Amino acid sequence: MKLDDIKFTDGNLQRRKILNRLMLSLCTIAAVLSVAPLLYVFFYTTFSGISALNIDFFTQLPKPVGETGGGMANSIIGTLILVTIGSLIGIPVGILSGIYVAEYSNNIFSNIIKFVTDVLSGIPSIIIGIFAYGVVVLTMGGFSALAGGFALGIIMIPTVTRTTEEMLKLVPVNLREASLALGVSRWKTSLKIVLKTASTGIITGILLSIARVAGETAPLLFTSFGNRFMSYSLTEPIDSMPVRIFNYAISPFEEWHKLAWAGAFILIFLIFILNLVVRFITRDKYSINN
Amino acid sequence: MKVILDTELKFEEHQKLKGKDSSKFAITTTDLSVHFGLKAAIKKINLKIRRNTVTSIIGPSGCGKSTLLRSLNLMHELTPRTKVTGTIKILDKDITEYDVINLRNKVGMVFQKPNPFPKMSIYENVISGYKLSGKNPSESFDDIVERCLIHSALWDEVKDRLNKPAISLSGGQQQRLCIARTIAINPEIILMDEPTSALDPLSTMKIEKLIHDFKNDYTIIIVTHNMQQAARVSDFTAFMFIGDLVEFDKTKKLFTVPTVKLTEEYITGKFG
Ligand SMILES: Nc1ncnc2c1ncn2[C@@H]1O[C@H](COP(=O)(O)OP(=O)(O)OP(=O)(O)O)[C@@H](O)[C@H]1O
Ligand SMILES: [Mg+2]
Repeated sequence: MKLDDIKFTDGNLQRRKILNRLMLSLCTIAAVLSVAPLLYVFFYTTFSGISALNIDFFTQLPKPVGETGGGMANSIIGTLILVTIGSLIGIPVGILSGIYVAEYSNNIFSNIIKFVTDVLSGIPSIIIGIFAYGVVVLTMGGFSALAGGFALGIIMIPTVTRTTEEMLKLVPVNLREASLALGVSRWKTSLKIVLKTASTGIITGILLSIARVAGETAPLLFTSFGNRFMSYSLTEPIDSMPVRIFNYAISPFEEWHKLAWAGAFILIFLIFILNLVVRFITRDKYSINN
Repeated sequence: MKVILDTELKFEEHQKLKGKDSSKFAITTTDLSVHFGLKAAIKKINLKIRRNTVTSIIGPSGCGKSTLLRSLNLMHELTPRTKVTGTIKILDKDITEYDVINLRNKVGMVFQKPNPFPKMSIYENVISGYKLSGKNPSESFDDIVERCLIHSALWDEVKDRLNKPAISLSGGQQQRLCIARTIAINPEIILMDEPTSALDPLSTMKIEKLIHDFKNDYTIIIVTHNMQQAARVSDFTAFMFIGDLVEFDKTKKLFTVPTVKLTEEYITGKFG
């Protein structure tokens, strides 16, 4: 085609403008559709839960059926403990295997890891729970915080591995080479250059996986089980917010329904705060704009 | 003829000045070949590079210049399915006898695209070789930073903002920062792969001047597509073509009276 063949006629321009506007509106509608449920959930939970929120909610233990009031202090602490155990297992294992897969990607073993993480990330969390039951609960002889944390950690591993791998692969080759050419070992290069450059993305991935496991219910049902009382012990059953919300939500008592909403609200709020904190931590110290 | 004598003289002078050992050659390759998979990128290269000289490697795109350069600091280790055969002697020791980290401390590299570490300041970039590998230098970090930035002709431009991010510098300044970073670890050989191809003429001139000044302290190999540059900065020139080393001679001679027809055709712009 010669340049002369291309005609910039008005008709063509008109058509392109209309098409452009059409596509743009479709994109806008899609964007709104994807945000709408999130906003709806957020506001609905806030609206339904806020009335049950008071100091007692954070300081009191659950009350038996029939008594009014009470709170979820034990569940909040329990969730924090479970998520911490899960993170202690899931984050290091996930990051290290992510590094391994990304940086040493040309051997059979790393391909196996890749395959296994893919499969693992598709396994329903309840099955991970059964696995944890078999491995930890049965060997330790009872439900425990450790078993719950273990299950959450296993669920975190594939997400963390995958994000780490993907973020590391985004780091330009020339940065790696710059470091290696200075006589820095491969391992230190991975850790201090590649990982550091990719840290923002990796932290975001970790955060998402924490947010995900913080709301996991199924794998906790037969690992950490639940506990009406405050427990800090790793070898005892422990309460958690999702499990308590679940139990309250399926109960026939109006009072408990309210508490369940309040719990859901707090859970969402915690995740929201977590996001803000990470954004703050990972803001680019060296962006040219500041 | 006079030119050739000049180079010889300079070389002897440098040896005396530096009191180096008798060895004249910084790099010797024997039948050096590199294969990527089944494809040969360079074939049986025999090259002897004298100490404290500047050697340029020229040749059309894809002829294996980078491949040759990168085999000299074992950069191919990272590329899968790469086979390196033949021998390389660096400073009179076979390359296989070196620990790769020691080798790269002796053989520094400057890349085509300026690549300062983006999450580090100017200051941190200069001492990054120490900081990243956890080595301790014999002088203080402040001294190293000042000396290397002066040496790479960047000091005056950045001395008031050493703690600013390195990526706030211009491309030419970034490349000089990369040079400063390389000389900070006291290499004896510096490999440069088209170090000015991404830069403006003024920055290019500054770096060429640096290369000229560096001759007293380092052995330099520079890959370039710019034949004027090769003629300006180097004592020796190697011309490569599809993986072969076609001609290797004193720069003046290669550019005025090349012995191989192919070389003549290339430098007169008949192809390439
Ligand atoms: N990692 C690699 N895998 C496979 N082939 C490669 C690889 N790197 C280089 N090659 C091939 O080896 C040959 C030489 O490449 P090299 O990069 O050394 O050329 P060059 O002379 O530096 O070219 P240029 O002037 O464009 O930089 C080319 O044919 C190239 O396709
Ligand atoms: Mg090249």
